[in-house]
Amino acid sequence: MARSFQNYLGDLRESRVWQSIFRSGSGPSNLHRSQAIQQNLYLHLFSVKSRRSSLAIGVTWYLGTLSMVTFLILVATGIPLMLYYHPSVPQAYADMKDLQFAVSAGLFLRNLHRWSAHAMVLLVFAHMFRVFYRGAYRPPREFNWVIGVMLLLVTLFLSYTGYLLPWDQLAFWAITVGSNIMSAVPLLGPKIRFLTLGGNTVNANALLRFYVLHCVILPLAGGMLVGIHFWRIRKDGGLYSGKSGDESQPQVSQPHE
Amino acid sequence: MPDEQKQTPPVPQDQSSRREVFGKLGLGCMLAAGAGSLAFGYEFLSPNVLYEPSPITNAGKPDQYPVGSVTTNAEAGIYIVHGPEGFYALSATCTHLGCRTAWAPELGLIACPCHGSRFNQAGVKVAGPAPNPLPWLRVSISDEGDLIVDRSAVVPPRQFLRT
Repeated sequence: MARSFQNYLGDLRESRVWQSIFRSGSGPSNLHRSQAIQQNLYLHLFSVKSRRSSLAIGVTWYLGTLSMVTFLILVATGIPLMLYYHPSVPQAYADMKDLQFAVSAGLFLRNLHRWSAHAMVLLVFAHMFRVFYRGAYRPPREFNWVIGVMLLLVTLFLSYTGYLLPWDQLAFWAITVGSNIMSAVPLLGPKIRFLTLGGNTVNANALLRFYVLHCVILPLAGGMLVGIHFWRIRKDGGLYSGKSGDESQPQVSQPHE
Repeated sequence: MPDEQKQTPPVPQDQSSRREVFGKLGLGCMLAAGAGSLAFGYEFLSPNVLYEPSPITNAGKPDQYPVGSVTTNAEAGIYIVHGPEGFYALSATCTHLGCRTAWAPELGLIACPCHGSRFNQAGVKVAGPAPNPLPWLRVSISDEGDLIVDRSAVVPPRQFLRT
């Protein structure tokens, strides 16, 4: 008699290899299900339990999750693009054209990267509007709102630095205009522009600086802020459900968590 | 060792304890190191050598520019104007946000494609968001008789070079 898929899965979970990898063990009890979240490096940032009401689509429209998904798509498409891209003048433009016309699946990766970038900016804004109009920024979630504003800035800077990398006319003049806007900052403006561009004009130094910012510094900063952002959701009492009586108290030091 | 069990002597009111002194010393060291790192970082991020094009441009012999002409030197980003009073050179970089302007002969104006600023032949703004006129640049004649424009040297308007 054929055994069901569930039986095989059950056997797998009982196996010594599985239990050596997943420390929580397995079982249908709430304790086991909680431990599956709590004892996993990636999932332990999240609340062990969530209110069913807060997971309904209408509550958050999943905008935060969708922003995170676009970020993951951008990392997953950006790293392969780096393998064919030299951040040098004028090679960068030729590499961008090669990615479009000569590299297998290059056009797909580049377009996916570009469209996801647009989508991420849109989704981050939408997420912030949703949080704002539902009042989900109020105590104890004030600091997570601040982290969210930082993440918005990281998103915009990622967008801006990525804009220069194709090294075409649009890129060059957009960064020329943008960096001249920077120099409107009182007193420090021209200095900020000089340090950002690594010179007086948008040139090889600027391309390299924007490349390093775009591929290393800003993604790392964004990743760390996202970590704090998710962790604070748990600490501030889970997703805001918006119901009266949900004055979700922050969870104060739970020794076994 | 029983000696270590002894009570430390009380610290007089007007003196800091050893721990406080070392604490302040540590904080001071960290502040100094932080300030040093900032200075170091700032110096590192400011390039000392720039491989940018020279601001001094040789614009060739003056007699190739007829009177009343406005000539664009795209490489240097300047206009060479030969007016009735003499030669002068204008920067082609818009004073608004740094876009490259273009001479539009049908209008008799210099126009910026980015945000619509327009300038007359003397660099004076006639339309658009540009806050300042196009700067006049120093023009001189080399020993070989060539026109030399220095983009880094802005001169007051209406300084003409007569040949």
